[in-house]
Amino acid sequence: MNELTKMRGKYVIAGIGHTDYGKLPGRSTISLNTEACKSALIDAQIEKSLVDALFVKVPTSAKEFMYGQKLAEAMGMRPKLGGSWDQGGAANMALISNAMSAIETGQCEVALVCYADNPRSGSRQVYARPRGDDAVYGWFSTAAGYGLIHRRHMIEFGTKPEDFAQFAMASRRHGALNPKAQLKVPLSLEQYMNAPMQIEPLRRDDCCLVSDGGAALVIMSEKRARALGVPNPVPILGLGQGQTSAELHVRESLTSTEAVVSAKTAFQMSGFQPKDIDVIQIYDCFTVAGMMTLEDYGFCPKGQFGVWSKGGYLEIDGALPMNTSGGLLSETGMPGLQLIIEGVRQMRGVANLQVSKARNCLISNQGGTMHTHATMILGRCND
Amino acid sequence: MIEFPQPDITDTSRPFWDALNQGDLLFQECEHHHRWLPFRDFCPTCLSDKLTVVKACGRAKLISWVIYNTSMHDAFKNELPYNVSLVQLEEGPKMMTNILIPNEELRAEMPLQLRVVERGDLKLAKFVPDFN
Repeated sequence: MNELTKMRGKYVIAGIGHTDYGKLPGRSTISLNTEACKSALIDAQIEKSLVDALFVKVPTSAKEFMYGQKLAEAMGMRPKLGGSWDQGGAANMALISNAMSAIETGQCEVALVCYADNPRSGSRQVYARPRGDDAVYGWFSTAAGYGLIHRRHMIEFGTKPEDFAQFAMASRRHGALNPKAQLKVPLSLEQYMNAPMQIEPLRRDDCCLVSDGGAALVIMSEKRARALGVPNPVPILGLGQGQTSAELHVRESLTSTEAVVSAKTAFQMSGFQPKDIDVIQIYDCFTVAGMMTLEDYGFCPKGQFGVWSKGGYLEIDGALPMNTSGGLLSETGMPGLQLIIEGVRQMRGVANLQVSKARNCLISNQGGTMHTHATMILGRCND
Repeated sequence: MIEFPQPDITDTSRPFWDALNQGDLLFQECEHHHRWLPFRDFCPTCLSDKLTVVKACGRAKLISWVIYNTSMHDAFKNELPYNVSLVQLEEGPKMMTNILIPNEELRAEMPLQLRVVERGDLKLAKFVPDFN
């Protein structure tokens, strides 16, 4: 047993909480974060006073100086450690990893990991921002970067619009069945093909939602959870990270990322291989991001997504159900915590679309334009 | 008056923009012959600070592109639909640019030739198809 594998199952997600998703006008991110943290503490059935670390993923649409400390003040906390972390959507799992490391080294015992943002009712300017000096060429927005990758995937592998549609249709089918999803409308191939293209080759339904909302997790050791009588702890069996970092024009390849490295670490820690995984929650900010994650993880042969996933392979009644609450395309555009929360629900056996007999759940998070990546594998509650 | 987005011209990047004003596209190379764009103070491969600038021959190929049908900045409103493209110079470095042909004629890997064009106070490195 090495340093990595001995962490398997040693830490748990003890509580989960989130606000409503969608449009929440008038709510500050501090308010949304506080609501999410409060509900995660209630879910874990622990007192606020037990929390001694507060790890906050910085709000995407409005970065603020000392944000983590502002949130701690709002919640009347004096944590031993904490602050806000900027790494895009992979930050959620980075913070879980930081919490595990801090507990392991005796720096704290119970950590809250949280995120909130309000770009839907507030400003979404961040998503249309100029991309450095290349703005002189009209190079603006987050979406355009994914468009460049999407096109390159089509060039290298002959990926068709129908293949990207197939990915979106799986997430959207599950979201349509989720009463709490922001977008409860299933997607047909015809609708996908006929939707407007603001930045080609992206179609409307390749792009995630823009959402207000907050979410939070309580992290502690399995031993601590047992001692505290936490009712539904879900063990973290694997966790890994990888960062491509390079901007698109200095990236060696546009069609593979350090998701490969991230998954390798998570699989190694858990002892699983892709074939052992029962249910997956894949970060689908754009369809190509989700598709490449499945390829880089070793689920789907590179460039074969259309054939590999046909016949509802990723749908709730298929072999590998994906994004069972709708993902970023349908449940909420929140950058990633909702996927972890749905993974926890699956492992507790209480998901809206429960995958029967699921014994593990793999979750991906990623950030920037596929700059950062993280992978987590959860095991069943009280197994 | 709509303001065109301005690059952040620093001591590090000024040689790049000055050369473009003379019609030349430069990239950087270190003592170990690693090459890159955009300009910086250290080689991103070996961290060397013994750097030289090299004039690109102007030939490149098209890696990928997007087409904006909607404008995110007023300065580009009259150019819709316009492409933003990723190209690789024959010498290796890659850069974002515009290809000055109708969008429907863009093809993966198509050979390109540098065309320095004026845009307000700036000169920008854009590309046209290379038929040679």
